[in-house]
Amino acid sequence: MKEVFVTNNPEETLKIGKILGEKAREGDLIAIYGDLGTGKTTLSKGIALGLGISEDITSPTFSLMEIYKGQKTFYHFDLYRIESENELNNLFFEEYWEKDGVSVIEWPERASSRLPKNRIEVFIEYINDFQRRITIEYPYN
Amino acid sequence: MKEKSIIGLGLESSCDETSAAIVADGKVILANIINSQIDLHSDYSGVVPEIASRAHLENINIIIEEALKTAGISFYDLDYVAATNRPGLIGSLLIALQSAKAISFTLNIPLVAINHLEAHLYAPFLEGNELSFPFIGLLVSGGNTALYKVIAPGQMQLLGKTVDDAVGEAFDKVSKYLGLGYPGGPVIEKIAASATERKLIFPKILPDPGDRRFSYSGIKTAVINYLKSNPQCDISEVAYAFQERALEILVRRLFDAARELGIKTLVVAGGVAANGRLREMILSELRPDERVMFPSPKLCTDNGAMIAGLAYHYFMSGKFDSLNCDVMSRV
Repeated sequence: MKEVFVTNNPEETLKIGKILGEKAREGDLIAIYGDLGTGKTTLSKGIALGLGISEDITSPTFSLMEIYKGQKTFYHFDLYRIESENELNNLFFEEYWEKDGVSVIEWPERASSRLPKNRIEVFIEYINDFQRRITIEYPYN
Repeated sequence: MKEKSIIGLGLESSCDETSAAIVADGKVILANIINSQIDLHSDYSGVVPEIASRAHLENINIIIEEALKTAGISFYDLDYVAATNRPGLIGSLLIALQSAKAISFTLNIPLVAINHLEAHLYAPFLEGNELSFPFIGLLVSGGNTALYKVIAPGQMQLLGKTVDDAVGEAFDKVSKYLGLGYPGGPVIEKIAASATERKLIFPKILPDPGDRRFSYSGIKTAVINYLKSNPQCDISEVAYAFQERALEILVRRLFDAARELGIKTLVVAGGVAANGRLREMILSELRPDERVMFPSPKLCTDNGAMIAGLAYHYFMSGKFDSLNCDVMSRV
């Protein structure tokens, strides 16, 4: 199944994320693709809201991964700093992706061959300074 | 030395730097050996965790030996050993903490596990400044942007932090987008200083007074949007406009908090505290009855001296950690 949205500002991107988070099921993995500054972390914040997490979600670029406890556990990854997949060898992120919580990965292309097949893919594209096209592809119908 | 000094070893490996330092009485640096991995990382525009932890492991013993040699002491002169255990990259943090545990166990001396953020704010007290509480601490680096009221060792109250990106992260990402390399701070500062045109203005970050949060995602996006629609623009002017906005909010939050809480002592630490423009902006806002301390550039980066220095106070008040203490990615 595929959905396409056009958002006019970060608040609307956040809202799309919130709906995604509310619908997310335990074990879901959401891969968010998009250039710097398109709103990946904003969408992730929305997903966290939808999962019932009240804490501030900050960019995990430096730490690579953060864990938040809500109604469901939220595993937030950012692979921006990963240049080659070998660098993931000692990090064992796959163990989290198989877990009960909901995982969100920003810059998932840095780990493309390791991602589970059953994943929700989100593409954020820049239209202009304010608008973004958000395409969501579900592995099921 | 009149009476016998208390000698501590501090280890740090939470991110880029592997460091070991020897500090006497929590204030005199006898050795501070830092092995930076920036050369290794600069090809990658950021810290690469696996490279980081492998390099820390290769470096740490050599660096400890070097620190002892520089200080002219042996392992048996140590009264305590300290290491950063939070926050940072788990794999990297482990190297310093496990080394410290081995030393603590072998020599039968206390182990102190230190919060890296608190240690950064301690750095100025290793350079001749008399320790005084309370103070407002602004911590600015690649992984952190936060404002604290520091009451005593081990007692920090978070006043506000970034809701998205850290300031150093924004410098790195903007620098990469401008094609200027890693780390972004020094190179943006340099190019900004050379800007002849200074008309470009980016929107203010969180302009509401009373708000103590920081945010760097919006300005990062504003810079990228601008570059997309103005590909022929003058890079130095963009760097200047970005830097002014990125630093302005730090200055505003720091002074607003200090003045609201009636605290006259300020400490600005972390990698971004080495930025000359930030220092200039803070000094020009400073009132005669206020005092600001910046660590020297060497102590702005991650280093073992701040770990050993802060740990002295934990050691003196008997706050030790057990050998099964663990590392934490967040505080």
